[in-house]
Amino acid sequence: MSHDEHHAGESSNYLNHGKGIMSWLATLDHKRIGIMYLWTTLLFFFFGGIAALLVRYELIAPGQTIMTADQYNKAFTYHGTIMVFMVIIPLIPAALGNFFLPMQVGAKDVAFPRLNLASYYVYLAGAALATSTLFLKGVDTGWTFYTPYSIRTGTNASMVVMGAFIMGFSSIFTGLNFIVTIHKLRAPGLTWSRLPLFCWALYATSIIQVLATPVIALTTFLLFLERAMGIGIFDPALGGDPVLFQHFFWFYSHPAVYIMVLPGMGVINEIIPVFSRKPMFGYTAMALAIFGIALVSFVVWGHHMFVSNQSDLANFLFSLITMFVAVPTGVKVFGWVATMYKGRIIFKTPMLYAFAFLFVFTIGGLTGIFLATLASDVHLTHTYFVVAHFHYVMVGGTIMAFLGGMHYWWPKIWGRMYNETQAKLACLVIFLGFNVTFFPQFVLGSRGMPRRYYDYLPEFTALNRMSTYGSWMIGAGLLWVAIYMIYAIYRGEKASSNPWNAMTLEWQTTSPPHHENFTTIPKVTDGPYEFKDA
Amino acid sequence: MFFGADNAGVMKLYCEYKQMKSLLKGAWTSMFFVTEALAQTGLPPQGTEYAARFDSLYNFLIGLSAFFFAIVIIGMVVFAIKYRDRAGWKAKYIHGNTALEIFWTAIPTVLVLIVFAWGWILYKDIRTPPSDAMEIKVIGKQWLWQFQYEDGRTLVNEVYVPVGKPVKLIMTSDDVLHGFFIPNFRIKRDVVPGMHGYIWFEATKEGRHQVYCTAYCGTAHSGMLASLYALNEKDWSDFQRGKKINVEPAHIPLAFGGVAPNDSGAAPSSGGSLAEQGKKLSQTKGCVACHTEDGTTRIGPSYKGLWGSKVELADGSTVIFNEDYVTESIYEPNKKVVKGFVPSMPTFKGQVSAEEINALIAYFKSIK
Amino acid sequence: MGNKNHHAHHFESAAAEFEASKQGLWVFLVNEVLFFAGLFVAYAIYRILNPDLMHEAHKYLNWKLGATNTVVLICSSLTMALGVTAAQKGQQKKSANLILVTILLACVFLVIKYFEYMHKIHEGLLPGGLFSYHEPIHPKAPQFFSVYFVLTGLHGIHVIGGIVVLAWIYMRTLRGEFTDKYFTPVECTGLYWHFVDLVWIYLFPLLYLAS
Repeated sequence: MSHDEHHAGESSNYLNHGKGIMSWLATLDHKRIGIMYLWTTLLFFFFGGIAALLVRYELIAPGQTIMTADQYNKAFTYHGTIMVFMVIIPLIPAALGNFFLPMQVGAKDVAFPRLNLASYYVYLAGAALATSTLFLKGVDTGWTFYTPYSIRTGTNASMVVMGAFIMGFSSIFTGLNFIVTIHKLRAPGLTWSRLPLFCWALYATSIIQVLATPVIALTTFLLFLERAMGIGIFDPALGGDPVLFQHFFWFYSHPAVYIMVLPGMGVINEIIPVFSRKPMFGYTAMALAIFGIALVSFVVWGHHMFVSNQSDLANFLFSLITMFVAVPTGVKVFGWVATMYKGRIIFKTPMLYAFAFLFVFTIGGLTGIFLATLASDVHLTHTYFVVAHFHYVMVGGTIMAFLGGMHYWWPKIWGRMYNETQAKLACLVIFLGFNVTFFPQFVLGSRGMPRRYYDYLPEFTALNRMSTYGSWMIGAGLLWVAIYMIYAIYRGEKASSNPWNAMTLEWQTTSPPHHENFTTIPKVTDGPYEFKDA
Repeated sequence: MFFGADNAGVMKLYCEYKQMKSLLKGAWTSMFFVTEALAQTGLPPQGTEYAARFDSLYNFLIGLSAFFFAIVIIGMVVFAIKYRDRAGWKAKYIHGNTALEIFWTAIPTVLVLIVFAWGWILYKDIRTPPSDAMEIKVIGKQWLWQFQYEDGRTLVNEVYVPVGKPVKLIMTSDDVLHGFFIPNFRIKRDVVPGMHGYIWFEATKEGRHQVYCTAYCGTAHSGMLASLYALNEKDWSDFQRGKKINVEPAHIPLAFGGVAPNDSGAAPSSGGSLAEQGKKLSQTKGCVACHTEDGTTRIGPSYKGLWGSKVELADGSTVIFNEDYVTESIYEPNKKVVKGFVPSMPTFKGQVSAEEINALIAYFKSIK
Repeated sequence: MGNKNHHAHHFESAAAEFEASKQGLWVFLVNEVLFFAGLFVAYAIYRILNPDLMHEAHKYLNWKLGATNTVVLICSSLTMALGVTAAQKGQQKKSANLILVTILLACVFLVIKYFEYMHKIHEGLLPGGLFSYHEPIHPKAPQFFSVYFVLTGLHGIHVIGGIVVLAWIYMRTLRGEFTDKYFTPVECTGLYWHFVDLVWIYLFPLLYLAS
């Protein structure tokens, strides 16, 4: 890598610093790695989305519509596995975070650039291994790989769990890199209390990634051994304990839910103050709430298992502790709304996504209370209510926040603006489509329709059909976003270095940024949201 | 010329008109579905006294959520409109308000603790069966439910219980995880191989209640359904005396308006021709979860047109689909598996009698 | 980037880079602790559910070989620590020799482990479904050996990884890449090696002395 800093001219930026395919594939620049992550995760998002549309299309009517039961089981398994492990977990941290975290802390790069590049290739290898099973018998276990079904199935569960195992390392590398970057590479004057909340969110996420991911790595590894040679840890036929798998799995996967949603909250934390022209309401409380959620996330995994035959004492404790997730989450939601109070609200696309996020995430959060409460969880768990709940949190929370963040930072990444009118309309389509798709699923669930059902009783037809129509709206909306966003990269209006008048450091350099982010390392003298507009 | 030119043109117009009409009809149906969907909100009917208490909690949660949702969304919309960006308007600098922050931390804390306690109290009820509860053993296997009574009877995919008496189901699985869920009773429990879990209930509503498998268990997961019949005193004593109770669908009202997968629900020799009895058996024994009579392929081959034909097996050999092959396949299902299917059918040895096999054979013969 | 006299361009000084590397390694070790913790939890669950299991099954492990290995690893930790101190003082030659001794001790550990494994495989004291010992032990004994093999196996993989990294550090030390100003890789490898030893120090009593 070159240390050449003589491209100080206007046109010199990270995009034209180095030419040819190798200057991308072997780059150590966090921005280029972020872009590679972005395109790769979006590619998988496309595949996962196709699987989702197929699943929804099959469910448009009871009985067989377009595929057999086995094909359907594979379709929803690929949808879940791709979306969780290959899209939502790396989407915001590894793509947007990689690009903007070093810039927001005023650093030239992450602490360990080579580790960063390695994390990308490890991710790619894991994802390739897992998705290549599509041509090798497929996999039909559901993304949760519950034993003993995942041990018995004749499909290729081994390769997929090894893929998840490998992708875990990528997640750990990213987390490790971010933790050290935030600790050691902050610009002068950037004290902890001046750190942008997006960095706080990524910091908490990274801690979860480092602490929880090794457990899923171990779990998938054990499952692999169980399938390969029957070690009898999870297999009841060999004296093992199938529920132990669920404990291990959720010990990771519950915190992983926050790996997915905390970065989304971080993005919203950036957008709302900027487009309200006001400091974040209760900055300290907002930062603490992120950590509150992260900490509690480690001791609530058992709430996925209220009907799994774990002890009633465990159920009591897990239900009680889970309730406390609601408190910091409430603090965050109220804080966002209060930030708008007496602000100067600017209706630009990122802010519209923040509105959509608030609407959808609030529903997602509140329905979480239904599932944390023991008695109501017994009725609602394993039904479409759960499916609706986590889509409201994961898609409604993370994807809305990601789309908001993508619109917010697109001018910085490419130095070009997108078409504002089209963006607003597409946002509306996605928002409506989302609610049409997933709201009926709450009703389906509370009326008793179990999840992962290929076929259903005729009484559920109307709601399922509505949900399928909604999925087409989401698909159309996302396609629209893809079209005008890609168009913007090539033909969009030139963006100024700070089109939103934001205060965080990534906006204090050119668009697109210089190869080393800043020509001189900035000095920070004030908090991240002190706009003081004239 | 004009008229001659175009029969084809007119036809094309007509086709377009028809297409348009079907599109419009589609749109209309969609509208209809939306209204119908909205009309279906809410919980399933209450089959037990517990279900009523559950619904109070559920409705409280709905109210609580609606309240907080309204605060957030009304706040968001009002602020967005009132403080919108316009000439001469400047943002007021507010960094926070400690009192307010404490307030909105404390109130939710208290509320969620109340909700937790309420949930725990109800949950304790469904975990504490009365000591005099009648016990029925339940075995889940891919993809059917078996119910074993104390008197030795075994039923498949249907279970009869008395109204007004506590019943405890002791459940385990033969293969993978299953989940036993009765929406009308608001109870559910995973059915785990190598473990014995239980649920209990006291039905108050006579009739048929749907049972689902809720833990994903493979190909026919969504076909793993059962019917729970809550019987009145007279029917129950008939059933107890081992009498094969002759209950017609009209006599056993559906507990909710859906179409039951096997709504006769009656025991086999309830009359009708031998083939009709066989058809009923194929429903009550759970065959229909995997085999159809209309030619659709599910987990196993369809019966349609099978009788007397030559069937190719997985190992390449062939066999005639006749009395012997049917009998063997019911008792030792994985010995001769039809080509293109996985050996996954459980044995019905001890559950299907010779008479019943004859009824099934008559039924298979009748499906041309 | 590999030039010993320079720090990477995004750090303001070599000291800052050293601090960052060290912190990164600590974070990595925390992550490793959690990885092994999962298995210790599995161990604890089987132990709580079957109090007599560990008591009966541990007799089939050779505690003498285990104890020897513990001593071997503790010695290797000592030589590693001395090697790091030598590197800090700029005594390259001494440092290289001590690292070499550490590598040799690690190999001794693996050789002893190899004989232990061979004996178990020969006897049929194997995990889960592979278990085929000639007389009945405890119904859950296969689970004990699953935990034993997975735990010691993963530890063994860490030892092998350690040997590879130590060999690399050894080569770099011989080439004179480290000075009393720049010894980050030696120090970090040392930390990792202590961790690997520490895992064994927990493993040994839990498995071999389980009564």
